Amino acid sequence: MTTLTNKGSAAILCEVADVIVENRTYLSEIDGKIGDGDHGFNMSKGFDRAKGRIDAANDTLDAAMSTLSDVLMSEIGGSMGPLYGMMFADMADALSGKAQIDAQTFGEMLHAGLEGVQAIGEAKVGDKTLLDTLVPAIETYDAALGEGADWATALARMTAAAEAGRDSTEDMVAKVGRSSRLGERSRGVLDAGATSCCLILVTLARGIEARLPA
Amino acid sequence: MQRFINNPDDIVDQTVRGFVRAHADRVRLDAENNRVILSNDTPKQGRVGIVTGGGSGHEPAFIGYTGRNMVDAVAIGELFSSPTAKSFQDAIRAVDGGAGVAVLYGNYAGDNMNVKMASRMVAKAGIEVATVVANDDVSSAPKDEREKRRGVAGEIFMWKIGGAKAATGANLHDVIASAQKAIDNCRSVGVGLTPCTLPAAGKPNFQIEPGMMEVGIGHHGEPGTRIEPLKPADAVADDMVEIVLEDHDMPAGTEVAVLVSGLGATPINELYVLYDRMADRIEAAGYKVHRGLVGNYFTSLEMMGATLTIMALDDELKTLLDAPTNVPGF
Repeated sequence: MTTLTNKGSAAILCEVADVIVENRTYLSEIDGKIGDGDHGFNMSKGFDRAKGRIDAANDTLDAAMSTLSDVLMSEIGGSMGPLYGMMFADMADALSGKAQIDAQTFGEMLHAGLEGVQAIGEAKVGDKTLLDTLVPAIETYDAALGEGADWATALARMTAAAEAGRDSTEDMVAKVGRSSRLGERSRGVLDAGATSCCLILVTLARGIEARLPA
Repeated sequence: MQRFINNPDDIVDQTVRGFVRAHADRVRLDAENNRVILSNDTPKQGRVGIVTGGGSGHEPAFIGYTGRNMVDAVAIGELFSSPTAKSFQDAIRAVDGGAGVAVLYGNYAGDNMNVKMASRMVAKAGIEVATVVANDDVSSAPKDEREKRRGVAGEIFMWKIGGAKAATGANLHDVIASAQKAIDNCRSVGVGLTPCTLPAAGKPNFQIEPGMMEVGIGHHGEPGTRIEPLKPADAVADDMVEIVLEDHDMPAGTEVAVLVSGLGATPINELYVLYDRMADRIEAAGYKVHRGLVGNYFTSLEMMGATLTIMALDDELKTLLDAPTNVPGF
């Protein structure tokens, strides 16, 4: 079975951090249309700080996720601090102690992350939040594995589902968070959280694919 | 930007440092968390602690209400962004005098989550926490969905009442009941004349065209219920009073406290112009103004505009509202 060595996979999370930092202004611009325009600034501050505390070559992926979670929860705040803080904390728990990560473990990690988000937030699918990216991405990933797809294929399908999920938020009316006060006027703009969640999932998938044995 | 700024990323730390220096007779920085400000009077053994917190950019809220007989600790967030769960947790721990802690804050998604997480963390340490979530902004959701409304300047009355109640030695249950009554008795509305700019963004993230006003605007520029041409001050005052009173079921003869706050860049004298007319209309509607507060109490960076908050009073609220405090903002 195809596996990834956990130790040293912290580098994948550093790649996620780089992508978030690159998209700092873009995420804030999206957020500014229906929110307060700070999503990209706060996310990039948190991910960049965490990257500075991660030993990319030697840390495990779960250690890197724990570091990121600590920074988000204790230094960033806002709404995204606790939401992504819980997501990465619970993802890290799912990987903890594993020398190797395989397709099954990665799926368990995704589910743990989703449960972490749902434990603290109140949103449902369709409310124009990061769940609109995360939930279909996980469902598609599960379905792919259920059909016997290999890990790379399942990751590719997850990526497509995450992007479609992100795009689906454009035509949604926000039901929770600050933008929910806009009602109908929140329609027509991507949700910033769904967009950053998509960047995270897609970059994780890309990082794993690049490291899988040919 | 015509603003006094060094590096935008440092603005909150620098604000906090300056605030603590200026008011060192009343407040101090927490020894371990530079995003927590404490009253010099806290903690007091056997006394319920009062905690609040929220994003920066609303000064004097939230920090300016720290001091004797009002707020004991404030968790401080980035500009317009909720404080961390860790900061709420540190604030709660710092003010715990063994009688529990009342966290009195505004209804925003981030604050809700961070307070919830902080409450869980301190529960492990055996600290009893209860909350009141302010929802006084009438324009932010319909009346039958009051639980969705934002907290705005009514929070100041909630802190004043909660803090004064705690100072009487009341237990946590009673402090919460009085603070809840205070916010339940408050209704607020905001009118914006210009947008505001987060220094890191460098430009406003919403627009109000010259000559227009946005009625029902939120404290972070959340869009209001209507955009219309700017009217003379008296007509704006009339609209604001009408919106608040329409939502507020008060029997004739009710005594009220009235708070008119600027949103940051509106000249104070214009707030008095508004207040003069508002007080007329409130009295004409059959209410008695027990106390009027006019000034920059709860701002939104350099937004132009004003908020009106009316709190219905009873004997308890009147006594607690008038109890002495030494906080810089009140």
